[in-house]
Amino acid sequence: MNQPKKPLPVWADIILIPLINILLALFVAGIIIYLIGENPFEALKILIYGAFGYDEAIGYTLYYTTNFIFTGLAVAIAFHANLFNIGGEGQAYIGGLGVAIVMITLDGYLPFWALLPLAILVAMLFGALWAAIPAYLQAYRGSHIVITTIMFNFIAANLMVYLLVNVFIVPGSMSPESRIFADNAHLPFMHEILAWFDIQVASTPLNISFLIALLFCVFLWLFIWHTRWGYELRTVGFSESAATYAGINSKKVVMMTMIISGALAGMVGINEIMGVHHKLLLDFVAGYGFTGIAVALMGRNHPVGIIVASLLFGALYQGGAELTFDMPNVSREMVVAIQGLIILFSGALTYMSKPWLERFFHIFSHSKPTKMEA
Amino acid sequence: MHSDLSPMAIDLRGISKAFGSVQANKNVNFSVPKGTIHGIVGENGAGKSTLMSILYGFYEADSGEIYISGEKTKIQSSTDAIKAGIGMVHQHFMLVDNFTALENIMLGAESGSILSSSIADAAKELTRLESEFGLRIDKDAQTDTLPVGQLQRVEILKALYRGAEILILDEPTGVLTPQEADQLFNILRSLKERGVTVIIITHKLREIMALTDNVSIMRQGEIVSNLKTSQTNREELAELMVGRKVRMDIDKAPATPKERLLEIKNLSVKDEYGINRLDSVSFDIHAGEILGIAGVSGNGQSELLEVLSGIRDCSEGKVVINAETITPTKHANPEQIRKAKISHVPEDRLKRGLVPAFSASESSLLGYHKHRVFNGLFLTNSSAIKTHCMDLMDAFDVRPKDPSLKSANFSGGNQQKLILAREMEQKPKVLLVGQPTRGVDIGAIEFIHKQIVTMRDSGSAILLVSGELDELMSLSDRILVMFEGRIVGEMMANEADETTLGLMMANALGKSDEKKEDISI
Repeated sequence: MNQPKKPLPVWADIILIPLINILLALFVAGIIIYLIGENPFEALKILIYGAFGYDEAIGYTLYYTTNFIFTGLAVAIAFHANLFNIGGEGQAYIGGLGVAIVMITLDGYLPFWALLPLAILVAMLFGALWAAIPAYLQAYRGSHIVITTIMFNFIAANLMVYLLVNVFIVPGSMSPESRIFADNAHLPFMHEILAWFDIQVASTPLNISFLIALLFCVFLWLFIWHTRWGYELRTVGFSESAATYAGINSKKVVMMTMIISGALAGMVGINEIMGVHHKLLLDFVAGYGFTGIAVALMGRNHPVGIIVASLLFGALYQGGAELTFDMPNVSREMVVAIQGLIILFSGALTYMSKPWLERFFHIFSHSKPTKMEA
Repeated sequence: MHSDLSPMAIDLRGISKAFGSVQANKNVNFSVPKGTIHGIVGENGAGKSTLMSILYGFYEADSGEIYISGEKTKIQSSTDAIKAGIGMVHQHFMLVDNFTALENIMLGAESGSILSSSIADAAKELTRLESEFGLRIDKDAQTDTLPVGQLQRVEILKALYRGAEILILDEPTGVLTPQEADQLFNILRSLKERGVTVIIITHKLREIMALTDNVSIMRQGEIVSNLKTSQTNREELAELMVGRKVRMDIDKAPATPKERLLEIKNLSVKDEYGINRLDSVSFDIHAGEILGIAGVSGNGQSELLEVLSGIRDCSEGKVVINAETITPTKHANPEQIRKAKISHVPEDRLKRGLVPAFSASESSLLGYHKHRVFNGLFLTNSSAIKTHCMDLMDAFDVRPKDPSLKSANFSGGNQQKLILAREMEQKPKVLLVGQPTRGVDIGAIEFIHKQIVTMRDSGSAILLVSGELDELMSLSDRILVMFEGRIVGEMMANEADETTLGLMMANALGKSDEKKEDISI
């Protein structure tokens, strides 16, 4: 029955389990690739080369990574308060809307250095607002946040279709997109920045939002573990009754947490809208919000883990795209399936291998005292 | 103790069990003759529960052998244990609340797949058991409507229904009034007369002396002694348990009550169903006084603590607690209460008192995390937090002295000491204490009691809620008894005795006749 097992060593929990999950996913993916008549090892080689093999590949990988860091952090901070924010997708989408509104109204008037902080602020504000409504419903009205955040994804998607078709569309154009922002409203690309230092790299969508994302990781780490607000957040996450005892208002903590979470997801809008597309368009979030859940799970809700997991998913996105080019039998859908397997094994089945590992460690640590006796 | 003629009901030989580096049981040998009551005593973490869990198949021993009625038996699961005729009554009842007593008893042991015929069979068997063992219950009552004493009988019948000839009871009297406990003992004695072997785990030495034939004392995973109960006494047992001489009584001077610090007038609290959990409660506590609240758990003591500590709002009445006023329209939250120099040691240390997943230093901050000393403008002051925790650990001898260790990994006694240290270090004017020594070992109890008395002598008013009558009588200066949310009795501690308090706790002290019936079932 309920065998109390010794907890796993920290390193096994943080490194070994995610690694095993990825290997399991790759193993199953390998079988699929073998079944459609391709060499799985060759495929893995192409995937890794396609993600890290040359400067353009690395640029794209890190560009995807940026989005995953933002959404991963968003999901992670909510997890620390024992909240499951599935609405990263919608919050990111609305965040992008905020960026676009700032750019379209002000790109003729303000310089870049004024636009950037304003855009970040508004992106976070819009994302936060989109998360604050489900948070309010959870905290004060008892609607489950999982349900409401999912619903808000749909509302966001439909709202954006409406706005793009009826409000932001360029008159006379057939595609539901806003006008392109003026040059002063573009985030500098990394290849441009590196060019200032005489380093020539291939041009990729990678822009300075990547550095902003890394900065946010530090901020969030400090916030969660080294501020009194983070302390309250974690107390509520671990034990609501202890929080009540300590005089912590859990309702306020739920609001605060979701507002930060939504703000982080909204930052995807900076990377995508201000950094890459320079216009508002449909479906630019492309599942980053959902994948953020897997990123947070795999990264154990810790900023360092999230950076590593984001890099992995970035590599999968980029390397997967290369794979479809180089292996005609491997279709785009096949790559999505591989991503799905990784999400399945490291997200939904995160702890599948844990009992086995615990038993392994148990037997291992067990044999020591017996030896000493002998 | 061994007799070669009739085999022992239980004979454990060389049982060892380790969890990681912790040796929970070390080469344990002990045997229980058939048809006797055997007590196992020991401090928390002495390995009593592990040993019984091995016997009941929850854990498997690393080495050693189990003989049941002389036959070597391998017990790998509770199913094996039940098959071998072992039944267990857990400390926390394992019953489905919205089932009837009968349904609970037959759950998992139905005679067939058709429910109605199973119920009929079970009812018949239950009637037989009831008459054989003289154990009456209302078998059609929904379980959550039954009092705890009855629930325990349901648990015992559950084991007997499965054919148990050996009954293990884990801390069975924790939730009972003294009278209910006496009734339980009568039941156990009559089970013994009918040949059932009973093993009882408890930390109450009084019960060991009153009930058992033999007693085994465990310390640090080992059986340190097997004794005939008739040839020992409480002092010897306590000394064997702790490994040194223990003072059972508390050194304390008579109280010298001074100014009034807590005043409660007609305080009532309604729960979400509109039922009065507290019903017009009025009393005062003065500086330099320990007021004990006795009562079977669930009679409003928890609600009282929650109102006074700001966790719960009251529906009627008025509380003036060290110049902070609480009324139904003027709530106080725990933060304000703390600011008014009132500290609260909660009843449930794992749910409220600390966060098991937090490090000790984080838990030692609970409730005080906004204090200026621990915070800069934005970031917390990690070194101040660590120093603070070290100071608390020094002052209250918390072991191991490691602020970064997870709170859950401390023993119950050390967790409690950490919480007491945290709350007492604030030098409160009023200290609210719930169950200060529940699940705490004897050595630590002595220390905790001393600290509470010291706090009183330094001029604090102390409200003590406890389920242990011994503790209430020796620690309090004055005792109030609660029953169904009301105060039904008051005694000076030096005039109190267990019988009177017990009767008051059941509200049966020559008052209403219908209440008397309750406890005579």
